[in-house]
Amino acid sequence: MKSLLKNRLAWPVIALAALLLLNQIFRPDFLALRMQDGHLYGSLIDIMRNGAPTILIALGMTLVIAARGIDLSVGAIVAIAGAGSCAYIAASPEPASPVTAAMAVLIAVLAGLLLGVWNGFLVSTIGVQPIIATLVLMTAGRGIAQLITDGQIISVSNDHYKAIGAGYLFTLPVSILITAAVFTLATVLTRRTALGTLIEAVGINPVASRLAGLRSRNIIWIVYIFSAFCAAIAGLMISSNVTAADANNAGLYIEMDAILAVVIGGTSLAGGRYTLVGTVVGAFIIQTLTTTVYTLGIPPEVTLVFKALVVLTVCLLQAPKARNLLRSLKAAPKPAAKEAAKEKVAI
Amino acid sequence: MNESVPVVEMTDIAIGFPGVKALDGVNFRLFQGEVHALMGENGAGKSTLIKALTGVYTIDSGTMTVLGERKQFPTPAASQAAGISTVYQEVNLCPNLTVEENVLLGREPRRRGSIDWKGVRSRTREVLAELHLDHVDPGSLLSSHSIAVQQLIAIARSVEINAKVLILDEPTSSLDADEVNQLFRVIRDLRERGVAILFVSHFLEQVYEISDRMTVLRNGKLVGEYMTRDLSRMNLISKMIGKELEALAELDHAPARTRARTGSGVTPFLEASGIGRKGSVSDVNLSIYPGEVVGLAGLLGAGRTEIARLIFGADKADEGSIKIKGVGQKVRSPRAAIDKRIGFCSEDRKEEGLIGDLSVRDNLVLAMQASKGWARRVPRRIQDELVAEYIATLDIRPANPDALIRNLSGGNQQKVLLARWLVTSPELLILDEPTRGIDIGAKTQIQKLVNSLATEGMSILFISSELEEVLRLSDRVAVIKDRKMVAEIKNDDVSVEDVMTVIAGGTQ
Repeated sequence: MKSLLKNRLAWPVIALAALLLLNQIFRPDFLALRMQDGHLYGSLIDIMRNGAPTILIALGMTLVIAARGIDLSVGAIVAIAGAGSCAYIAASPEPASPVTAAMAVLIAVLAGLLLGVWNGFLVSTIGVQPIIATLVLMTAGRGIAQLITDGQIISVSNDHYKAIGAGYLFTLPVSILITAAVFTLATVLTRRTALGTLIEAVGINPVASRLAGLRSRNIIWIVYIFSAFCAAIAGLMISSNVTAADANNAGLYIEMDAILAVVIGGTSLAGGRYTLVGTVVGAFIIQTLTTTVYTLGIPPEVTLVFKALVVLTVCLLQAPKARNLLRSLKAAPKPAAKEAAKEKVAI
Repeated sequence: MNESVPVVEMTDIAIGFPGVKALDGVNFRLFQGEVHALMGENGAGKSTLIKALTGVYTIDSGTMTVLGERKQFPTPAASQAAGISTVYQEVNLCPNLTVEENVLLGREPRRRGSIDWKGVRSRTREVLAELHLDHVDPGSLLSSHSIAVQQLIAIARSVEINAKVLILDEPTSSLDADEVNQLFRVIRDLRERGVAILFVSHFLEQVYEISDRMTVLRNGKLVGEYMTRDLSRMNLISKMIGKELEALAELDHAPARTRARTGSGVTPFLEASGIGRKGSVSDVNLSIYPGEVVGLAGLLGAGRTEIARLIFGADKADEGSIKIKGVGQKVRSPRAAIDKRIGFCSEDRKEEGLIGDLSVRDNLVLAMQASKGWARRVPRRIQDELVAEYIATLDIRPANPDALIRNLSGGNQQKVLLARWLVTSPELLILDEPTRGIDIGAKTQIQKLVNSLATEGMSILFISSELEEVLRLSDRVAVIKDRKMVAEIKNDDVSVEDVMTVIAGGTQ
């Protein structure tokens, strides 16, 4: 069992290590970390910080996918969360106070939870297919965000709010700490309780789960709410980092990166067994790729192709069929010898 | 029979999985125009051998020849190309396609590049007619037919490709007597035409009726190849389980009914009056007392499973009422039934029972965990105790709690599912075909278990296609016919014939 899990994580980890190594070769100081003004700096820190929103959303996405769902609305929730909090700060009489910042966070999180309840309601109670149910919010959500911002980009200046995406605590960026906290929360929530197993059960065989007395409706609701919660936190992080809410572009296509991170990490889109650690590794691979593009000086017009090639390679390495093919290719010179041996036996 | 060149010859076959030798030095020959039964308990290696022959598994060592020619089957397609066709225990067709689409899937006659649907229809009709299935509309959805008919359609598919070898893996496990006869007529036809048929079944009588030769496996090793007419039933069983005949005789008689029937003064645990559901069963009156085994007898498709599902809340009843321990109750969902201490082992293990990719442990505690809710995990220590206890008492193999349940044999999967309900200590346990498709040893174990559970005071609703089994275990037998309950018989010296008479004459 343990070796199986290791196996599942092996290729993503190897791919990540290879990417980091590639960077190190082209830029010998790549892996170096240094202290400056009591803050930790370095490419690794940058990767983690810039990847934080994707990791957060991918964590939520992992559980949704494990329960045979998919959540396309996360990008829209990012926009709504950012719009809600920034609009609140901008409209408040004391736009710079810590209380205002706290209220803004609360509003964003509540909005996220509410949207998660909506997604969960459509999927679990009405029985709409997940891809359609969340497509509703994916498109409508950007509209809601624009309504909140009145079609403008709302800039805010609140240092407390800014700390979420751009601040430092204990030498580390706050966003990394938040992401670590949510990762811990997700792990504890699913593995200390029975939630993880029950999500997998619903994902693997919903009919049998129902007959075993599982209330799959609640389980499905929980995963969509958690996914939206993660998206709201990511929304706060993104808007705080740029101290502005952009209803059109905040979190645009982030659902694709998140789904990709989940898949690269080794969780099947068919649902069932999942790995949160794998998802984090997957998200790191995606973020490191972006960095690698800069390190290698790859021209912008081939950037996407380069990314696609790496992702394709990682996915192929994980597919059992491709692995078997690779193995037989490796053993290709042997069949001749084997045939010869068989001939002898036949004689 | 053509003794000269076997159609299929497998020599010294070995296949291993991590930690297990599934097959070790097995020889197997299949001749033209014979029905060859592959016998052995669950886990003996029958499925593995079939999967080697059909290209699902690759063999580690040994040789395979088809019509004298050395072959290797790296994929199922390679095996099919060599003329080997398989009909599995669970029907592997597309339920949402029509009968004709299923029969000719991938081989549709074409005209100018597009599918010739008229040709498809007429070809399907021909094939169905050969199998005496004229009443089946080629344009109807596969899922609109009973499992039995679906199985025959799967055979039609292999007839259509003129397979030289037809493998039937437990084809009769969900057929009633008439359907079995129909199937056997088809098998004999095919044998006449020179098809080599590999037949796997747990029904000994059927094996003796249809097969010419048998190969017996035990624990992945070859026991021997015999002519069916030379091997007595008792000898066969002793070869399959590797025990002496005396030990067997005792095993055979062990699960006889020994309990005294509960007096009628006690309140029944369950009292269903007039329950039914539109398009399903209607007007079912059934009461089950504590410590009583009530059998549901009836032909397949008569409505036995439907009744079980109504009681368990898997389907909602839209008429009638249910009393539990004398108090009127609404059972709207499986969860509600479980809260009322009812358990239900479905007949469809794969679709409605197993969570295939989870471990034996997770599967075993699933119902208990579900009723506690997700927030309160059953502590690991208690899980370990429960799992260890049931692995020991039910003799679940391999005795590894972390093995994925889909890798277990059918009988062991069934035991895990039974254990799933037993850990919830139900007061009423509904067992729908608990012994279908499992070997004789596991079957006896399950029958004994039913007996002892009832002795301890559990109510059991026992559903089985084997009337002998129902009669052996039940205190009362409710006879179901055409989606209605037609009789209730107190089981004192009732014979199979008596029940058959009721089924045959119930509505006349």
